[in-house]
Amino acid sequence: MPRPTLTLTTTLNDREVHVVVEPRTTLLELLRDQLDLVGTKSGCASGDCGACTVQVDGVPVLACLTLAARVDGCSVRTVEGLTGPRGRLLNIFVEHDAAQCGFCTPGLLMQVDHLLRVRPGPLGREEVRAALSGNLCRCTGYEKILDAVIDAATRASEGA
Amino acid sequence: MTSREDVPPELRGGRIGGAHRRVGIHDRLRGVTRFTADLKRPGMLHAKIVRSPHAHARIESIDASDALAMPGVAAVITGRDLPTPYGIIPWTRDETALAVEKALHVGDGVACVAAEDLATAEAAAREIRITWEPLPTLFDPEEALASEVKVNPHCKHGNLTKEVSLAFGDVDAALARAALVVEGEYRFAGTTHAALEPHCALADVDADGLLTVWSTTQVPHYLHRELARVLDRSSRTIRVIQPPLGGGFGGKSEPLDLELCVAKLALVTGRPVRLLYEREEVFYAHRGRHPMVMHHRAGFDAEGHILGVDARSILDGGAYASFGLVTTYYSGQLLCAPYAFPAYRFDSRRAYTNKPACGPKRGHGSVQPRFAMEVQLDKAAHALGIDPIELRRRNAMRADERTVNELQVGSNGFLDCLAAVEAASEWRARRGKLPFGRGLGVAGSTYISGTNYPIYPNDMPQSAVQVTLDRSGRARVFSGASDIGQGSDTLVAVIVAEELGLAIEDVRVLSADSDLCPVDLGAYSSRTTLMVGNACLDAARELAGRVRRSVARAWEIASNRVVLARGCAFDREEPRRAMVLAEAFQLAEAEHGLLSAAGSYRTPTDRHGSYRGGTIGASPAYSFTAHVAEVEVDVETGEVRVERIWCAHDCGRAISRRLVEGQIEGSTYMGVAEALFEEHVIDAAHGGLHAGPSLLDYRLPTAMDTPAIEAIVVEAPDARGPYGAKEAGEGPLHSSIPAVANAIFDAVGIRLDSLPFTPPRVLAAMGSGARREGIAARGSRAAQSTRATPRVSREVPRGGAS
Ligand code: FES
Ligand code: FES
Repeated sequence: MPRPTLTLTTTLNDREVHVVVEPRTTLLELLRDQLDLVGTKSGCASGDCGACTVQVDGVPVLACLTLAARVDGCSVRTVEGLTGPRGRLLNIFVEHDAAQCGFCTPGLLMQVDHLLRVRPGPLGREEVRAALSGNLCRCTGYEKILDAVIDAATRASEGA
Repeated sequence: MTSREDVPPELRGGRIGGAHRRVGIHDRLRGVTRFTADLKRPGMLHAKIVRSPHAHARIESIDASDALAMPGVAAVITGRDLPTPYGIIPWTRDETALAVEKALHVGDGVACVAAEDLATAEAAAREIRITWEPLPTLFDPEEALASEVKVNPHCKHGNLTKEVSLAFGDVDAALARAALVVEGEYRFAGTTHAALEPHCALADVDADGLLTVWSTTQVPHYLHRELARVLDRSSRTIRVIQPPLGGGFGGKSEPLDLELCVAKLALVTGRPVRLLYEREEVFYAHRGRHPMVMHHRAGFDAEGHILGVDARSILDGGAYASFGLVTTYYSGQLLCAPYAFPAYRFDSRRAYTNKPACGPKRGHGSVQPRFAMEVQLDKAAHALGIDPIELRRRNAMRADERTVNELQVGSNGFLDCLAAVEAASEWRARRGKLPFGRGLGVAGSTYISGTNYPIYPNDMPQSAVQVTLDRSGRARVFSGASDIGQGSDTLVAVIVAEELGLAIEDVRVLSADSDLCPVDLGAYSSRTTLMVGNACLDAARELAGRVRRSVARAWEIASNRVVLARGCAFDREEPRRAMVLAEAFQLAEAEHGLLSAAGSYRTPTDRHGSYRGGTIGASPAYSFTAHVAEVEVDVETGEVRVERIWCAHDCGRAISRRLVEGQIEGSTYMGVAEALFEEHVIDAAHGGLHAGPSLLDYRLPTAMDTPAIEAIVVEAPDARGPYGAKEAGEGPLHSSIPAVANAIFDAVGIRLDSLPFTPPRVLAAMGSGARREGIAARGSRAAQSTRATPRVSREVPRGGAS
């Protein structure tokens, strides 16, 4: 028996795409399995780790908890879409050695990219801790991630 | 041949000790790197394991006919398809890929389905009908040791995996003459690794019969061996590849059911098969830190010198041995440093229980007893009125000393570690002067840099690399080492670049592929920096020698005048004479043929104890660590917050400074997590179910729960390490936990001898008033509370009430 499907249109990393999904397909499955955008990671598939964080209409969401159908007509950005000026953040993460295995990092970057836009200006350490508390990292103890984010905020506010 | 040290600094690469960009890091961040779960093969099937809902039950029958009849189902295998027992330790091969006769814990694999897509595989798994005969269950290790019911059918001695009893010096006499005997019982809850990347494996067979297995393993070589054993194939027909890994911490250091199942299913179906664990399955696969109950007695003289230590431990092993034979040794063997004392005895027993198997987690087997030991020292310092750092200083062993259990220590920066955390935390100015509820605690520890003897006995090198130089001026390194996020590929690149004068970007590292790379034993026991590093030095120096001789011949000078640095060959006496490396490599290739060299590393065979078991814990070099933790205890809620924690770690030489800092920070974070939050609970009241197999319920610390961590690199170079380097990946976890425990005592005067230090435990301890410390003091030396806040400390005279 063929499973029911639906067609949706979304702007993915600034390009319009049309895809056919099942009603139960999650955004994470759509990205990783159907579109082969594997930069978005799955650490738990149950909303606990933040590795699957992407942006829908500029706001971070957990792709594992979001149905693909929900992004019809929306714009979706994944780590593969952190290019151009947004890509500076990656360099700052590299400079600070803020990623060890890098499995948590794509999700973190999407969260941080959002933070830097909604909260311009220099950031305090505790503020950053709170903002990143939905993104687990098992390798770093967060120190170098905090360094990188604070540095990125400072540089952005200095227009560097 | 000149060594690097003879080379004037301005001509040296200067990379050693620098900050380096990790090899391949940009692609990991851009989301381009393919981890195992990101790999796809044409026609790939998806597999799902059916797991036991019972903690102990005999399989009466398995009926897969309904599942096999479903459209899209390709194959079902059960334990009878893979009956050969295997195990990471050759003496304890006690598990099978899937249960053959009975399931030994909830979550034990029973059957595995392969289907066109994951949804079909999951649906088919639900259609496999298993009839069970439940058997009596054993969840408590002591009960298991006394029981007639046998958990693991392969065990030779009831439910005892291993007992180790070793004694050095006269412990009884030492305790009898001690001015103070501290006695305590310590409980370490089990914890698990929870690497963010779940386990995944993919297998494919080509037309020539070569079976390729991609796996999230941190020990590709051992996986290769066990695949050959269980599949009954020659290892020549198997290729194991470890793609970039999303963290390991020991949780991926042995073959598991998924790799064996996908390999078998690929052979059965002739198609690629992939299996990705759900997060819940990762918790049930476990192999995490053993719960331990430890009974310690330590005797001290009046000045705080340790006279003897007596340790008895019971390890709850779960259903399989895993590394348990070694864990049982480690639970005692690594306690005889960083302090020197003349008498030591330990007795450790590991029991099988109907729980997911325990194994190695960062600081394998030695984190638990380190907690007990360091709290014991703190109790002694308090009872004797000696500053806890000072007491540790008085007992610190020297460099190049043998421990009482005959392990040969080389370089030793422990005193520098203590001094560093003492200064950084402003210990002298602040300890004892903080308000009630706030406190500082210290602890120290040591760890191995790999083991002198491999897991399976053999005389071959433990690490090997092949380095090839090409005409474009690049080096390729083929290395069996497993980069699990710790940065071993970067370390390899830095060393080869340093020796050959290349830019790090000009060293290409190809690692962890059994078809391309020489054997390396894997990422465990903190062996990589020392062993792989030495193998790199071996090969790179050989090649550098060839290049320098060829250049010297062209310039008609002595070869010791030729220096390779900064992308060029220089004449050290006339530094303006230079040649770019590509040209130098071409000269050398013309003279010698292809520039390729193999480097290997053999462990020393003369540095271990002369008794049975004396090889376990023997390492080429030992690292040292000291932590000071600052805590705040909320006396109303019982919540403990670690505000700051300082960690000074002697890694011999930091080849790549930020990598070392990252290991110190990550280890310390993980230790604080075990101190305050994490507990891998198998719930006996619910038939052996995991109490919270999710990343939420397991309580991984978020950025908000994690303290400020200050990593301090201490360098006491060891003659056996590359450039003097020792380990940094596991040692810096150990002393974090007791440092927190000791800080809680300093803050509110309670001793929490059971981990983790949760609010209910804190409140219970506070409510019961001051806890008895199990301390028997001879004479009238009373503890001095230097605090303004009243603090009860009850020293019981020897022979008095206990
Ligand atoms: S994978 Fe979505 S939160 Fe973990
Ligand atoms: S870098 Fe490995 S989980 Fe964050």
